[in-house]
Amino acid sequence: MLRVKPDATCRVTVTVNGAARSGRAGPRLLLCDFLRHELGLYGTRVGCEHGVCGACTVMVDGRAVRSCLTFAVQVDGAEIRTVEGLGDGGALSPLQEAFRRRHALQCGYCTAGVLISATRFLETNPRPTEAEVRDMLSGHICRCTGYHGMVRAILDVAGAEEGEEEERRR
Amino acid sequence: MKPAAFEYCRADTLDEALALLSEFGEDAAILAGGMSLGAMLNMRLVRPAAVIDINRIAGLDGAERAGAWLETGATCRQADALGSGEVAAAAPLLSLALPYVGHFQTRSRGTLGGSVAHADPSAEIPLCLATLGGEVVLASRSRRRRLPATEFFEGALTTRRAPDELITALRWPAAPAGAGCAFEEIAQRRGDFAIAAAAALAALAPDGTLRALRFGLGGVEERPLRVDTAGAIGAPADAGTAEALARAAAEAVAPIEDPRASRAYRRQLVRVLGARVLMRAFRAARAGG
Repeated sequence: MLRVKPDATCRVTVTVNGAARSGRAGPRLLLCDFLRHELGLYGTRVGCEHGVCGACTVMVDGRAVRSCLTFAVQVDGAEIRTVEGLGDGGALSPLQEAFRRRHALQCGYCTAGVLISATRFLETNPRPTEAEVRDMLSGHICRCTGYHGMVRAILDVAGAEEGEEEERRR
Repeated sequence: MKPAAFEYCRADTLDEALALLSEFGEDAAILAGGMSLGAMLNMRLVRPAAVIDINRIAGLDGAERAGAWLETGATCRQADALGSGEVAAAAPLLSLALPYVGHFQTRSRGTLGGSVAHADPSAEIPLCLATLGGEVVLASRSRRRRLPATEFFEGALTTRRAPDELITALRWPAAPAGAGCAFEEIAQRRGDFAIAAAAALAALAPDGTLRALRFGLGGVEERPLRVDTAGAIGAPADAGTAEALARAAAEAVAPIEDPRASRAYRRQLVRVLGARVLMRAFRAARAGG
């Protein structure tokens, strides 16, 4: 059993984007605020703070979750992936590249969360239909783009992967 | 907003969780997936002295067949239930309803037990449990008990769980062979709280008449409604029966009214959505479930 008093903190150690990181957290510190202010990973955005807008979505142990509805103390020992871990050094991931090509972002506030969701979604469903993509995107709020570019970008990446596989089969 | 201060207690075993609940009682909030509790904490709608995290208790997250029942543990994630062959086989109605629960990004962490404990009137999982005649398994330091879902839910966000009790599992009666199920809801946006939801399970006799029928409504009153369908057993599984049942239900309900929908609109939804879902369940049963 672990008990952390209201005004106390405890050490939280996680693997973030492949690197071991650690910081201190009190009971009520949200995972999104831990990532930003304890670990300096400001790519994850904080929007509505009640699980609706999706801006704060990160991967915890491989699953896309709301980091505003998760407390930092809960994830000790977990593996976390944030938008900073999607690209390879300076290079964008294929999904990020597709987002740029398709104008899938404007102000960019929702983008980090959407990219994380879509990355996880394509891992679980590599050949989604447009309806499935739109259903997944219902977990995000974007006030700039009207979602259309995101749908195209995600389908582009899914289609590209399909194309590559077909080529391999030949 | 950020939550008010609380003590964080992570239970590693069921006994530890029950000891913490007996220590804090009403001052404790139980944290499973946190998809409702997290929002309520952040908005300071609740300010518990302690938050008891049950996520690391081993063996609470499964979904297993036990005789004529499917038993799902308190922390069984909605996404895992959605992907479970056991759930699809024993509780196909639940499998149909789960895609309507929140979003891809909340089902990953949200739990079946948490949704039942929270008891939102529009929630799909409580509706399915009540419709199917399922049970809620509760444990405290001094007792274990099982309550039928229809008794467990008292009103909006109100249940018969005592402050020192934990929901340890949900029990779902296994669907009869060849049963057909249907689920549908009306919401303002995909994944939003349902204005009204309807759920049905039908099984047919060899002559095509109804052998078993479950019909439930969510979002209409302050708790999920299980409609009495005894009078329809032996009736033909056709549009006449579906429409008569839905019409009777629409007359009998006392719908809530909120900024999203009036009483009259909810009553209309019971009639239209109810008949549609019953017909879809009849057709699914005719097709062999």
